[in-house]
Amino acid sequence: METTVNNPGATRRDKLRVTSSLQTPDKVNVRRLRRSYRQIRTENAFRKTLIIMALAIFVLVVGIMITLIVQSIPSMKLLGVKYLWGKVWDPVQDIYGAYPFLLGTLLTSFLALIISVPFSFAVAIVLGEYYPRGWFSNLLKNVVELIAAIPSVIYGFWGLFVLVPIVRNFELKIGVQPMGVGIFTSSVILSIMVIPYAASMGREMIRMVPSPLKEGAYSLGATRWEVIRSIIMPYTKSGLFAGVLLSLGRALGETMAVTMVIGNTSLIPKNIFSPGNTMASVIANEFTEAASPVYLSALIELGLVLFLVTVVINMIGKRIIKRFTNE
Amino acid sequence: MFKTLVILFASACVIPLLAILGYIIKEGITKINWSFFVNVPKPVGEAGGGIANALVGSFIIVGVAAIMAIPVGILSGIYLSENKTSKLAYWSRLSVDILQGVPSIVIGIVVYFWIVKPIGSFSAISGSVALAIMMLPIIVRSTEETLKLLPDTLKEAALALGMPYHRMILKVILPCGIGGILSGVMLSVARIAGETAPLLFTAFGNPYLSTNITKPMHSLPLLIFNYATSPYDDWHNLAWGASLILLLWVLLLNIITKLTTRKWNIQL
Repeated sequence: METTVNNPGATRRDKLRVTSSLQTPDKVNVRRLRRSYRQIRTENAFRKTLIIMALAIFVLVVGIMITLIVQSIPSMKLLGVKYLWGKVWDPVQDIYGAYPFLLGTLLTSFLALIISVPFSFAVAIVLGEYYPRGWFSNLLKNVVELIAAIPSVIYGFWGLFVLVPIVRNFELKIGVQPMGVGIFTSSVILSIMVIPYAASMGREMIRMVPSPLKEGAYSLGATRWEVIRSIIMPYTKSGLFAGVLLSLGRALGETMAVTMVIGNTSLIPKNIFSPGNTMASVIANEFTEAASPVYLSALIELGLVLFLVTVVINMIGKRIIKRFTNE
Repeated sequence: MFKTLVILFASACVIPLLAILGYIIKEGITKINWSFFVNVPKPVGEAGGGIANALVGSFIIVGVAAIMAIPVGILSGIYLSENKTSKLAYWSRLSVDILQGVPSIVIGIVVYFWIVKPIGSFSAISGSVALAIMMLPIIVRSTEETLKLLPDTLKEAALALGMPYHRMILKVILPCGIGGILSGVMLSVARIAGETAPLLFTAFGNPYLSTNITKPMHSLPLLIFNYATSPYDDWHNLAWGASLILLLWVLLLNIITKLTTRKWNIQL
């Protein structure tokens, strides 16, 4: 068989012809050559396609960031950094300050977290420690996943027609202005929506606690509660924190349910029952009605802030989980 | 004592779910009839009317989004599962993680500037692009996780028999992992079926039945949002019926996904 080393003029075609003609006649030979060339071309095309698709996702994310930054430049040039702590949002007089929305977003999200975290942790402990298998575990798991599956407009719709009257009656009883809509109502709805994220993450973390650790504690006479408090909690502390961060990320970006029950008032909320606005809800409400370019650009700057905050929180949560699962 | 407290708190999570499901079913079931499905909404004050434009619009927008997102997502997932250590894979995986956390309204804003502004009008196709961007992370993650679970020996045996690379992926690896990939696809469709925020300023809504994807189109969640926040009782009734249909659709997709996933034992 000729090799290209001994015979510099020989091409790949010659080599193949020599080897294959030992067994098969020439007609089939040529067909097999053409098929193998086509094969190699298709293989390369397929590999390139895979690379292009993976690159496309990267380009997409970079494009999102660039678009947000470029579109908020007019507002950044005009208003400067004071935008972030300006207390007045008055589009009619072209005064834009994002502070009411930052406050509204933080209030609703953290209040939702405070309400939902006990329930999420309870679900995580029950599913991870007490009932890892069985009918109750399946029921609870499906219920929690179903809570995550319901679309947010339906939460908002239900909240508007069921929760708001209840809160209104409650406000009448305690003497605040009975609007019904407000920061409190939206926090309650957000807390319901956000339970599954911390619960499923917590359950995974609790299931990862190595049994020798737990069995050692049990054999030393610890009760269930003591094992949970002294063994499981310290071990899964960072994982549970990451789950809470993921819940926070979801709560920060939630738009529809909050828009429907928060009252849409671009003022700084006076107390927990007053109406307000979050960054997402003000964008949803005023984007299509933004009359001037500066108005639109101010809204997009809000979107940029929202984007950065949620991405940072989600990244920190995922980093913690990765470090935890690789230990 | 602790145990009862914890189980009580955990069981309390069932209450809001039952409340929401029960209320929607109770309110929605009385509003649905045949004319509900085939008519478009009538002007305020006239009885009757239905949600046909929103049903058809939802179907078209979600369908086009799926057609756009599924090939890109599956191929990217294949790339990420095949090359675990290359530079592009690292940045691509990071991008998928970032994309998963982006709020849906921000994606709507971006697609507004990418497609709605250049074309000059709201359109269903821009809504589909926004929804496709939201589907991508789920499809890529589920494909990657499914294919990572397959044993390497499968790939090596196919390659050793002389199979070309593309044949091996398409005819050996993909069919083996089709259960997990399919459940990822269905999960993503269920997720975007109920999304409103990206459609607020891309597809925008349309009171007439239209199948033109370069013009504004209505969609079920958009209809629910607009009619729920309106002051008219007729529109509230339509919104309740539409909520029931949307809920049933999403729940059905999730149940089918769960049944397929259990058989394949895939962790998403």
